[in-house]
Amino acid sequence: MNSLQQWLSDESPETRWQASLGRSWRLLRMLMKNPLALLGSLIIIGLILIAAFAPWIAPQSPIGQDLGNRLLPPSSEHLMGTDELGRDIFSRVIHGSRITLLIVALVAIISAPLGLLIGAVSGYFGGWVDKLLMGITDVFLSMPKLILALAFVAALGPGIENAIIAIAITAWPVYARIARAETQTFRQSEFIAATQMLGASDTRIIVRHVLPLCTSSMIVRMTLDMAGIILTAAGLGFLGLGAQPPLPEWGAMISRGRTFILDQWWVATMPGIAIIVVSLGFCFLGDGLRDVLDPRHEGQR
Amino acid sequence: MAMLELENLRVSFPSAEGPVDVVKGISLSLGRERLGIVGESGSGKSLTGRAILKLINRPGIMRADRLEFEGIDLLSRSERQMRHLRGARLSMVMQDPKFSLHPVMRVGDQIAEALRCHERLRRRDVKARVIAMLEKVRINDPEAVARLYPHQISGGMGQRVMIAMMLIPKPDLLIADEPTSALDVSVQATVLDLIDSLVTDNGMGLMLISHDLHLVARYCDRILVMNAGEVVEECAAGQLLQATHPYTQGLLAAVPQMVEDRDALPVIDRSRWSGT
Amino acid sequence: MSSSPSSLPAPSGHVITPHHARWLVIVRKLLSFLFVVALTFLALLAVTFFIGRIIPIDPVLAVVGDRASNEVYEAARVAMGLDRPLPVQFFAYVGDVLSGDLGRSVSTNREVISDLARVFPATLEMATIGIIIGVLIGVPMGVFAASHQGSWVDHIIRMLALSGYAVPAFWLGLVGLALFYANLGWVAGPGRMDVYFEGLIEPVSGLLLVDSLLAGDTEVFWNAVSHIVLPALILGFFALAYIARMTRSFMLDQLSQEYITTARVKGVPGWRVLWVHAFLPIRVQLITVIGLSYAGLLEGSVMIETVFSWPGIGNYLTVALLNADMNAVLGATLVIGMVFIIINKLSDVLYGLLDPRSAR
Repeated sequence: MNSLQQWLSDESPETRWQASLGRSWRLLRMLMKNPLALLGSLIIIGLILIAAFAPWIAPQSPIGQDLGNRLLPPSSEHLMGTDELGRDIFSRVIHGSRITLLIVALVAIISAPLGLLIGAVSGYFGGWVDKLLMGITDVFLSMPKLILALAFVAALGPGIENAIIAIAITAWPVYARIARAETQTFRQSEFIAATQMLGASDTRIIVRHVLPLCTSSMIVRMTLDMAGIILTAAGLGFLGLGAQPPLPEWGAMISRGRTFILDQWWVATMPGIAIIVVSLGFCFLGDGLRDVLDPRHEGQR
Repeated sequence: MAMLELENLRVSFPSAEGPVDVVKGISLSLGRERLGIVGESGSGKSLTGRAILKLINRPGIMRADRLEFEGIDLLSRSERQMRHLRGARLSMVMQDPKFSLHPVMRVGDQIAEALRCHERLRRRDVKARVIAMLEKVRINDPEAVARLYPHQISGGMGQRVMIAMMLIPKPDLLIADEPTSALDVSVQATVLDLIDSLVTDNGMGLMLISHDLHLVARYCDRILVMNAGEVVEECAAGQLLQATHPYTQGLLAAVPQMVEDRDALPVIDRSRWSGT
Repeated sequence: MSSSPSSLPAPSGHVITPHHARWLVIVRKLLSFLFVVALTFLALLAVTFFIGRIIPIDPVLAVVGDRASNEVYEAARVAMGLDRPLPVQFFAYVGDVLSGDLGRSVSTNREVISDLARVFPATLEMATIGIIIGVLIGVPMGVFAASHQGSWVDHIIRMLALSGYAVPAFWLGLVGLALFYANLGWVAGPGRMDVYFEGLIEPVSGLLLVDSLLAGDTEVFWNAVSHIVLPALILGFFALAYIARMTRSFMLDQLSQEYITTARVKGVPGWRVLWVHAFLPIRVQLITVIGLSYAGLLEGSVMIETVFSWPGIGNYLTVALLNADMNAVLGATLVIGMVFIIINKLSDVLYGLLDPRSAR
């Protein structure tokens, strides 16, 4: 273990592989020194584990109804109580983590590469390409995201896939802006010029040299945005436009609990707490990542 | 009795490997004289100046065995009590007017504020004093300049505004921290002459902090040479050429001559003394 | 060795912005503002137009019914202008919107534009009170946190600010209702006022608090206050979180500046260092932040209004969504989007106009 640590923190790494592993190791150590970032990572890891092993963790089926046990308050048998169809809320929250993780991952997979590509192309080529692409980006940036997502879902029809598409459509412009800003700072640098002189094509330079340099600020930004994505998705679910019953989506669960909020508070409260914990986890981790990877932009979002 | 007594000043900053001393036990005493502190950047000379005003920002920590100004024990003084001394009796001209003047306050207001913090005066009197002070630092048309913002004036003029601001409450001791290193060479002498004449006229003490050995030798009576947080040499300005410490000799040797017969300027050989 | 005063450059030579040039700058900035707003608005129209085209519901079928013969269907399609090329349809749409024609709502059977005019003041009233709360609490909080960086108060304020990004507004609304309305009875429940007050006040400005005071009806006024306080506080919390966070970050940046040290060297009192020397330069940035969060509140009101049955534009939008009333949905989207864009861009322009340094 000790020699591995030494190998990782070697000041003069012998291979590119050792260098990048060493860098990740140092970043990880810095990150773990920040208590909030540590808490955030634990929450996210917990979310992933819970989602992966949901069927084994959840004591009951998330959709199996038991009308005899309707609206029971939290107890040792039902940790978070039961809902209006007698379903165990704890089991539903556990299974709901899968939906949340799915939404977050898919939105990230769609919007980040899209934004990255648009921003990198815009920043690398400059000129009219830049003007056009950034014009479109700015237009999308200055529109209200939630309302736009609502309108898209209204047109596409309710459902989890459409909710994901709608959120992704409104999420990419921020990434485009960041990628462009980063690209512009390297575009004039010597190593890009050197690569150009070696005869590398524009595509190759963008993919092999520009995009990798944008990733750290992109990761920071995406982690910080995750909370917003979760809230938007839950909001769509709450309005009945996202995941449809009987899927145990947290926002939709709150919506069902709305009717009982005055007497059976747990039905709406419990999934909300799950949303808050997971969103806070992403916020904490994002904040910590920014301090480590991108210290210049402390506090700016 | 000396005006300022400083014994065993230490300034440290935390780092990954525990606190690092940047100033390592400096002692000095200063009367109504002109003392020069010389050293490279990073030698701790600016921090020494700020520590005397107790203006070391977090996370830096300062400690000293003794810090007395005119018989007042500064170490035991609260922040509020320090505030009454700062500006009024102890003052400091900062390095670069581009950063040290407030960007969105008019020049005149900034000078007036230094006065208002220490004396209760009528608005009209404040204005008259500000104008008079601007004239004293040789600014033409002080009424117009007082209405300008710092970005509208040149660096040399900015530094004269700075001097006016720091001298208007008539302090006893002025610390000048690299007062000319951000200025064009052509205005450096003007600004230093100005500080010199004002300090001499008012019978103040001056602590001139600079990296420029000859500049300090010209304007000061006594010189301290600092290296890596320690005082390595102390001598009268006239005896600089007899300096004994290898670091001072190295600094002297590194100054280009008017009639240069060397092919390359020597590099300071740090292995010759026990420093870093 | 002293230099004579005459060798110094005349100060007037350093004045960079003569007075008349500043006006030119302002006019130029306003013109570019109008251009950018118009362009962004056009793009917004393109988006709503596009959304209107991708609806799986056939608008012609919705009019003629699915039993109609092909001839009737075609005739209706031509009458609705749907046979024309898309660009032509788009310009017709832009023309309609500019002349205030947003179509007719299926659910209320009124012009969408007059519906929106009726509900918008309720949203404006709530968002305005929300932003006032956010500024009055958020700014001092941010300043305090920055001046006590690293202390436990700072950590609490940071946590509070972060939770503004993590708590769902609709959930906070529900929990707030359960706690403060149902359990404690401190505030009134959903809606803008109690049912038996409805219709007592003739709308003048549409802002109930203002109108009830104008009418001299303090009973309605206090009833309206008890209804608005909870949703406005919740909106205010989200504004506060953002504003406090940004204020803290701006202030931290300021407090590390050299001119702050200068002020302390001068012996300026602590409160004055904080609220004058450090705060003056960030005023303009803060206006931008406040503008953005105000726009954000208008948007965020969709969720809060739904929970509180607040008869504003957000509630109108969600009701229309559930009824698949696309004219109303797109109309509300347009109006919220337009206000959002204007506030957004206006704060950019204000930034340029208010900072003495930007006139360079």
